[in-house]
Amino acid sequence: MPTYEQFLLPDAGEGLTEADIVTWLVGPGDTVSVNQPIVEIETAKSLVELPSPWAGVVHRLLVEPGATVEVGTPIIEVDVDPGGRAAPAAGGPEERASGADDGTGGDETSGAVLVGYGLGEGGGSRRRRGAGAPVAAEAQPASVTPAASAPAAADAPAPAPAPAPAPVPVPVPAPVSAPVSATATPARLEAAPVAVGAPTVVAAPEPPAPPAPRAPGTPRHALAKPPVRKLARELGIDLDTVTPTGPGGIVTREDVLGHSRRAEPRALATYAADDTPWLASGTVSPDGRQTRVPVRSVRKRTAEAMVSSAFTAPHVTVFQTVDVTATMRLVERLRGDREFADVRVTPLLVAAKALTLAVRRHPEINAAWDEAAQEIVYKHYVNLGIAAATPRGLVVPNIKDAHRQSLHDLAESIAALTATARAGRTSPTDMADGTITITNVGVFGIDTGTPILNPGESAILAFGAIRQQPWVHKGKVKPRHVTQLALSFDHRLVDGELGARVLADVAAVLHDPAQALVWGY
Amino acid sequence: MPQPPAALPAPSAQAPGPLHAEGLVQLLTPSGERVGDPAWDPWVEHLDAAALRGLYRDMVLVRRFDTEATALQRQGELALFAQALGQEAAQVGSGRALAPQDHVFPSYREHGVAHTRGVDLADVLRLFRGVDHGGWDPVAHGFHLYTLVIGSHTLHAVGYAMGVQRDGDVGTGDASRDTAVVTYFGDGATAQGDVSEALVFAAVNRAPVVLFCQNNQWAISEPTTRQAVVPIADRAPGFGVPSVRVDGNDVLATYAVTAAALERARSGGGPTFVEAFTYRMGAHTTSDDPSRYRSADEEQHWRDRDPIDRLRRHLEATGELPDAFVDDLAHEADALGERVRTAVRAMGRPEAASMFEHVYATPHAGVDADRAAYERFEAAMEGTGGPTSTTTGTTTGMTTGTTGGHAR
Repeated sequence: MPTYEQFLLPDAGEGLTEADIVTWLVGPGDTVSVNQPIVEIETAKSLVELPSPWAGVVHRLLVEPGATVEVGTPIIEVDVDPGGRAAPAAGGPEERASGADDGTGGDETSGAVLVGYGLGEGGGSRRRRGAGAPVAAEAQPASVTPAASAPAAADAPAPAPAPAPAPVPVPVPAPVSAPVSATATPARLEAAPVAVGAPTVVAAPEPPAPPAPRAPGTPRHALAKPPVRKLARELGIDLDTVTPTGPGGIVTREDVLGHSRRAEPRALATYAADDTPWLASGTVSPDGRQTRVPVRSVRKRTAEAMVSSAFTAPHVTVFQTVDVTATMRLVERLRGDREFADVRVTPLLVAAKALTLAVRRHPEINAAWDEAAQEIVYKHYVNLGIAAATPRGLVVPNIKDAHRQSLHDLAESIAALTATARAGRTSPTDMADGTITITNVGVFGIDTGTPILNPGESAILAFGAIRQQPWVHKGKVKPRHVTQLALSFDHRLVDGELGARVLADVAAVLHDPAQALVWGY
Repeated sequence: MPQPPAALPAPSAQAPGPLHAEGLVQLLTPSGERVGDPAWDPWVEHLDAAALRGLYRDMVLVRRFDTEATALQRQGELALFAQALGQEAAQVGSGRALAPQDHVFPSYREHGVAHTRGVDLADVLRLFRGVDHGGWDPVAHGFHLYTLVIGSHTLHAVGYAMGVQRDGDVGTGDASRDTAVVTYFGDGATAQGDVSEALVFAAVNRAPVVLFCQNNQWAISEPTTRQAVVPIADRAPGFGVPSVRVDGNDVLATYAVTAAALERARSGGGPTFVEAFTYRMGAHTTSDDPSRYRSADEEQHWRDRDPIDRLRRHLEATGELPDAFVDDLAHEADALGERVRTAVRAMGRPEAASMFEHVYATPHAGVDADRAAYERFEAAMEGTGGPTSTTTGTTTGMTTGTTGGHAR
C-alpha cells in the first residue's frame, strides 16, 4: 500500500533554526531516487540543495516556495511504496491500534521520521502527562500508512483507538454563512463597470473558511489556558478550529479574538476569482481583498540594505542633461567593428567606461565611510556594480577591477554579469566589495531618478533613457540624442564640488568620447 | 644612534610564498603520465597494476562514502560532516604506506586513512551523528580517534612515538616490530602553538614520527597566504625536522614519500615533516559555504587536477583499467553508500554504561563506584520506561531517551 514518508527540514548548517524554501526541483507525481536533489533552500549561511532521503513518488509538497520554515517542519511527503497494493478500505482494527499504542490517539499523521539536529523531544518516549490529556505531538510513528486507499485519508481523523481516554473530537459544524443578499451592496453593483460583464454576487464565505489545515504534527486537541478556553466557550468558538500561534502551539487569547472577528459573517460583492491571490507566492486576506506575501530572501536583504543606506548616508543627487549623439555614433561604429563582433556594445558600456575614467580623475569618490574606525577608506580599485533586475529581485553584482579592463573586456564582463544575475546564479562573492555602482534606469524608458547608494559605497550613477530631442547644436536647434544623468553621493565624505565634477566628467566623455583619449591612462 | 648589525641579513623581498608549487615530488602528472624520479621510484617499483587498481578502488570508495555522508547531513541524519573530497590521494597514498603496527593520529577529515586502516567507514559517522565520541577501537586499527581540536593531537602523536622508543620498538631491524607514528593535520594547524611544540619534541627526541600536513590551501576561509610567508614545509627545518613537499593529488608520489619517511622513523632516523600539496574541493564542513570566499576559477583549476581522474587516466593509458573492474567497482561503491545509509539510520546511542569503559587503562576504584551507582539507578528505573529503553535510532543529537526518565 502507499506508504508516505515526510521529510522534515534539517539543519543544513550548525544550529540554524530556519531556512527559506527557494525552489522545488520536483513536484507531485515525480519519481525521485535516493539523494536526488529535491529542493533548494537558503539558510542564513548558504544556498544548499537538499537530497531526497528516499526513492519513491512525490505525494505532495507541504511548503510553498518563498516560505520561511523552521527546522523540523515537514516539507515534502514521498510515497516510498507507490507500487504497493492499496489497503482494504477499512483497515483492520489491529492495524490502527498499532500506530496508536502509546494511547495518545490513533489519528496522528505526524510522520516525524527524522528529527532535525537540536530539536527537542524525540520519538518513542513513553512518558505520560496527566491522564486524559494526551500530548499528541509526542506520538511519532515511524511512517504513515493511511488506513484507506485514498491518499486524502492520511488527513482524515481515524477513529480513536479503544484505550484513548480523550474525547473524540466533535466534528466542527460549518460556520454559519450569512444570507446571500444582493441588496446589501447596491451601490457597488451600480458602480461596477459594465464592460467586464455581470458581476457575480456572492456572500463572503465565512472568511477563514474551513479551519486552517493543521500542519502535520500539531495536536488534534487544541492547547489553551483555562481563561482562553472560557473565552472561546463564551464566544461559541470551537478551539480546535482556531489556528494556534502561541509558543508550543497553544491557542492564545488573540487567536480566539482574531478568529471571532474573522468569523463574523459579512456580505461582499466581488467579481469571480477576485479573491484569488495576485501573486502565486501570496495568500489572500480573510476578506478576499488583499494579497499578503511574506518578505523573503532577496526582498528582505534589499529592504535592509536600502534602509541602512538611506538612513545612514545623507544622500545628495546632482543631475546633468547631456547630448550623447557622439556616443551613439561610437556605439554604431563599434557594433560594425570586427573586434567587437563577439560582444554587445551599448551606451551603458560607454557610460561604464566613462565612470571608471571619472573615478581615476577623482579617486576620492571611490571610497567608503568606516563608522566604527572613524576613517574614510579610499579604494585603489574599482569594483563597478551594475544593478540588475532579476526574477528573484534586485541584485547588484560588481565587475572586479573594472578600471583595468579594456572596453572590449568590460563589454564581456557586463554581459557575463547580467547573464549570471538573470539565471539567479549570482554568488555572494560577486556582490561583495563593490566600490561604485551604475543603475541603468534608461532601459525602462525612464529619464532619470535619485538612486539610493549601495551600502558601503559613496556614489551611484543613474543612466537615463536616450531620446532624440530638439537641442541647440552649433547655434541651431537640431534633433540630437539626449539623456539625463544623475549621481547620488554620500555627503558625509563627498562634497557637492566633488560629486559635481565626477558627474561632469562622465557627461563630458559621453558627450565626446574622444575626451577619454585625453584623460586616458 | 645604533645601526642594525651588518651581519643581519636583509629581509628577503622575494620570499617564495606558500602557494608556489616548486619542488613538489611528482610521479604522475595531472594527465596521468608516469614521470621517472630516481630518488623516489624505488619506493613504488613494487606496486604493480593490481596494486594501482587497489589504490584507485580505495579512492573511489572513499569518495562515494564522502558523497553519501554529505547527503545524509543534508537529510538531517548527521549533525555535521567534514568532507575529504579532493584529498583522497594524499590520504590513501599515505595510509597504504603504513605497516600494521604503525599508529595514526588523525584530525577529523581523514576518512581515506581510516579506510586504509580497516575502520568501517559507517562507524566514522557515529561521531558526526552525535551519538558517540569515537566509533572504533583505536588499538585494533592502529588509528586513534578523530581529534577536533586543531593541532593538539600532534603532541599526542609525538608522545606516543616517544613511548614507542621507550618500548624499544625502533631500529631493531625487525620489519614486523619497528613502529612509526603518523599524525595528520592541516595547513592551518601549522600556525598553532601545539604543532610548534610537537616539532620541538619530535626533533630533540628523534621521535619515530611522521608529521603529515595536508596543505589543502584553506583553513576554513583563511587562505594559506594568510598563515605563512614561506612554503609550509619550510617551517619544519627550523626546528631540526627535515621536510619534503609532495604533490598530494598524486597517490604514487604520496605513497613514495610517506613510505620513505616511515622507514626513516622505524629505523631510528627520526622525524620527517611531509607537506602534501592538495586541495579541499568541498566545503570546510557542511556548515560552510566556500563560494563566499573563493572563486569558481580556483575550484576549476583544482578540479582539473582531481586525484582520482589522474590515476584513472594513467590506468587507462596503460590499458590496466578493464571495464569489468570499473563496473564491479561502481557496484561496490553504490553498495557501500547504501550500507552506510542504512547503518546511519539504524545508529542508536551506545549503552549508557559504556561511558565508564576506557577511562583508565587499569581498574580504578572511583570509576567502579560510579558505575555501580549508575547501575543501581538504572535498575530502579526498570519498568518505568527508564533511561535505556528508549533508544530509537531515529534522531540525532541529544534528543531521545534519558531526559524523560530523569524528569520524573
